[in-house]
Amino acid sequence: MNFPILSVITFLPMVAAVIMLMIPADRKTEVRGVALATAAIDLLFSGWMYLQYLLGHMTGYQFVEEYRWLPALGISLKFGVDGMSAPLVLLTGIVMFTGVLISWGEYNPEKHLSAGIQDRPREFFAFLFLLAGGVFGVFVSLDLFMLFFFYEIAVFPMYLLISIWGWVKTREYAAMKLTLYLFIGSVVALVGALVMYWQAGQNTGIYTFDMLQLEKAGFSASFQNIWFLPVFIGFAVLGGMWPFHNWSPDGHVAAPTAVSMFHAGVLMKLGAFAALRVGVMLLPQGAYDWKWLIMTFAGIAVVYGAYIAFVQTDMKYMIGFSSVSHMGLVILGVSTLNHDGLVGAGVQMFSHGVMTALFFAITGMIYDRTHTRQIPELGGIAKVMPFATIGFIIGGLVSMGMPGFSGFIAEFPIFMGVWGRAWLLAVVASISIIITAAYIMINIRKVFFSPMPEEIEKHHIGDITVLDKVAIATLCFCMIVIGIFPAVMVPMVETGVQHILALLGGQ
Amino acid sequence: MFTSIDFVSILPEILILALAVILLCVEPFWKEEERRNAGWLTAGGLFLIIIISLLFGQPGEPTAVFGGMIRFDWLGFFFKLLFMFAAAVTSMLLMDHEKAGGRGEAYLLLLASVLGMNLMAASADLIMLYLAIETASIPLYILAGFLLTDDRSTEAGFKYLLFGTLASTVMLYGFSLIFGFAGTTNLYLLSDLFASGKISAVLAFSVIALVLMGIGFKVAVVPFQFWAPDVYQGSPTPVAGFLSTASKAAGFAVIVRFFIVAFPDYAPSWTVLLAALSAITMTVGNLLALSQTNIKRLLAYSSIAHAGYAMIGIVAFSQLGAASVVFYLAAYIVTNLLAFGVIMAFSRVTGSDDIKDYAGLSRRNPWLALMMLAAFLSLAGMPPFGGFVGKVFVFAAGVQAGYVWLVIVGILNSIIGVYYYLNTMKYVYLYRLPDEDEEDHPVLLTRPYAIALAVLVIGVILVGTVFAPWFSWSNSAALNLF
Repeated sequence: MNFPILSVITFLPMVAAVIMLMIPADRKTEVRGVALATAAIDLLFSGWMYLQYLLGHMTGYQFVEEYRWLPALGISLKFGVDGMSAPLVLLTGIVMFTGVLISWGEYNPEKHLSAGIQDRPREFFAFLFLLAGGVFGVFVSLDLFMLFFFYEIAVFPMYLLISIWGWVKTREYAAMKLTLYLFIGSVVALVGALVMYWQAGQNTGIYTFDMLQLEKAGFSASFQNIWFLPVFIGFAVLGGMWPFHNWSPDGHVAAPTAVSMFHAGVLMKLGAFAALRVGVMLLPQGAYDWKWLIMTFAGIAVVYGAYIAFVQTDMKYMIGFSSVSHMGLVILGVSTLNHDGLVGAGVQMFSHGVMTALFFAITGMIYDRTHTRQIPELGGIAKVMPFATIGFIIGGLVSMGMPGFSGFIAEFPIFMGVWGRAWLLAVVASISIIITAAYIMINIRKVFFSPMPEEIEKHHIGDITVLDKVAIATLCFCMIVIGIFPAVMVPMVETGVQHILALLGGQ
Repeated sequence: MFTSIDFVSILPEILILALAVILLCVEPFWKEEERRNAGWLTAGGLFLIIIISLLFGQPGEPTAVFGGMIRFDWLGFFFKLLFMFAAAVTSMLLMDHEKAGGRGEAYLLLLASVLGMNLMAASADLIMLYLAIETASIPLYILAGFLLTDDRSTEAGFKYLLFGTLASTVMLYGFSLIFGFAGTTNLYLLSDLFASGKISAVLAFSVIALVLMGIGFKVAVVPFQFWAPDVYQGSPTPVAGFLSTASKAAGFAVIVRFFIVAFPDYAPSWTVLLAALSAITMTVGNLLALSQTNIKRLLAYSSIAHAGYAMIGIVAFSQLGAASVVFYLAAYIVTNLLAFGVIMAFSRVTGSDDIKDYAGLSRRNPWLALMMLAAFLSLAGMPPFGGFVGKVFVFAAGVQAGYVWLVIVGILNSIIGVYYYLNTMKYVYLYRLPDEDEEDHPVLLTRPYAIALAVLVIGVILVGTVFAPWFSWSNSAALNLF
């Protein structure tokens, strides 16, 4: 029996959450230490897993573990990663690690600084790690029941994290809205999954939630046509798909920094990934027949999201809507159902996750020091926070899809794929690149390089901490490496795409 | 005359009776301040009975014993274990109740009620069934009105007594009609008689309606739910918890046996009736829960809604359906007892059941807040707690039977549920006391609460994660119904 690396990655954060809850509430440093150590170990494990997959030139599902959980109903705890999910596991490890770093919670009244999490860090990290465990679980689950199990675990801590530690003005509203949206989406998809389970059992005589078996269930075209939309859209709600994206910017804005990073960086990928994994891969004919609708929705999301981001004055809202736009690209890539589009979507999920985590981290750092996120009220940040400025510029370049950064590697194939399906849509969607470039550059000029307003000047704000710098450097490193050496990710995603294309049967 | 299987089949009941006699003999000799120890005796005794029953009293092939009065099978056995577990936990929660905890009668009544419930789950004959229901109910009427100096409690006791007697007489009328037409009171013989077509469908339906009213009262389905909020609010909190879990589950045990065993041929008709009841019950329960400001009333309406969810499994009329009902009830009993336990522990210190007084609880006692979170998330149907798995199984059974619309109603309802459960948790985690001095007002747990709540919270997580053993028990309970 091999080392059960995927179980370890998934359950380690949950175990750590329980351990942290055992620590007395006033020993905040110990809690943070446990959190950071766990996140670092989990990052090492997921990085190791990723490298093994990459350097071993593996294909298909690897590191498979299976424990028969409830044989009577065909439920098993089955884990495994393929070229699609391995990068996302790594992404979760990275975001978790950097999220803990920037939430460390430095308190320095002289510098007008109370960054990170001061209030009840024990509960904060425990809930965050429960969430992280759920996210890992979804990415590695090969069993539909377990996928739902972990999916729900990834949803509800969000409510607590946002409503307790979020931005006072909107947190109650945003947290409830987010939870209800995501819960509605997931239970609608659950009905679809249950129907698939029984139908597959009738078709093949084997009642199982194993997705590798369900792929071969031979659902009829009419069945797929009926159930594709509930399942796909049910999950894609979490992917921020237009017109069900409304919860997402509100949630981003209200959430504390680390949670915003998790939310935009990983959770939205969770939605897109599950929509791909369950919707497209189990119901390929349905996906093929409905692709026009999904492409239309995604195309609207890409342009509309970028435009709304352009007119925002709150930095977090700007990034929130830019996430809607970029996740629109992911769903657009998925909906093309061709090689280029799917590869692009796979890379974009990773690239956007890292990029948006970086954006939210830096926005959080600025907010902790200036107590405002309003772009017109900010200025001259480059003088005091040069490191963060460089980070933000790199993130901006990724966001615009500049060659040499991961954004280009991701977005170029997506547009290629869309061109193959509907060239007009590719042209329309590419407008978003221009809008994105505009709002990113305007934002950089105003926030970082314009003269510093007196209101901020008089607070004598300080530079970011060493931990923050480590976090920013880690995130930037990922984006540049993929931009310069696409071979560290693209071939791997391609192996995952081959499997999806095989299911689609050459359509 | 009596064979060993007769003895084994009622082993738990014999032991409960013995425990009650011991309690009765010992308790008067204790000093006033020692009397709360009756709770330890009851809880310990019941846990011991559970272990003994598991070791020596497991049923094999279903057999009719005592001349067909009692059916010795897994359906009854698993429910018995649940009732005894619920009673054990309830007696621990009663111990530090200010007015009821120090009085031995409370524990005695609890044991008497459990005795009745055990027989409810096992009885296969209408006469036995009626006797069992009365044995289970009458002690609960007294327990609901146990706080004589409290107007609300007295009101609760009376209300429960009046409505309860009414419902049970209506049900008894139904039973008498059955006997008059069929000439037998044995449930397992009835199914053949009704199937033979000798008895008119009109009669069958009137009987079904009358019995449904009686049982519907016990499980609090709409439109027989109106007593629940008032009674839960007025009763001592542990008693309310017991009413909403064990008593409800006992009603379901009867529904499962009565409808599935005695009227299988009319299933296409009564499943439609129950489906409608289920949909209405869920919706009414959840919608009314939205506006509650008292946590016991909130849980009362939520428990009405949960009766609706559980009913989906019966509507499915399949082995998986019956198994999922049993599983759902097991998860629900543990969850709701946890919820009521937390409320009891909280109100013992603060004297309040208002939701707004829960503000700052996460700072006053983080552990109690976490347990409440576990209970409420489980009620809302979130993993890794029991409520999630229970809901998925029930919904799966519904989908299998083709009741997709009912499952969708259930899902919409669980979204409403998520809203009000989380809204309550908002007070616990987000809001603070007016002076923000939570550290000076801790909510301390006494030992019985700490033990009972720890057992329950571990139970909620176990049912929700390692669900294979519980499901296989539930499945064996459902195995011989079809």
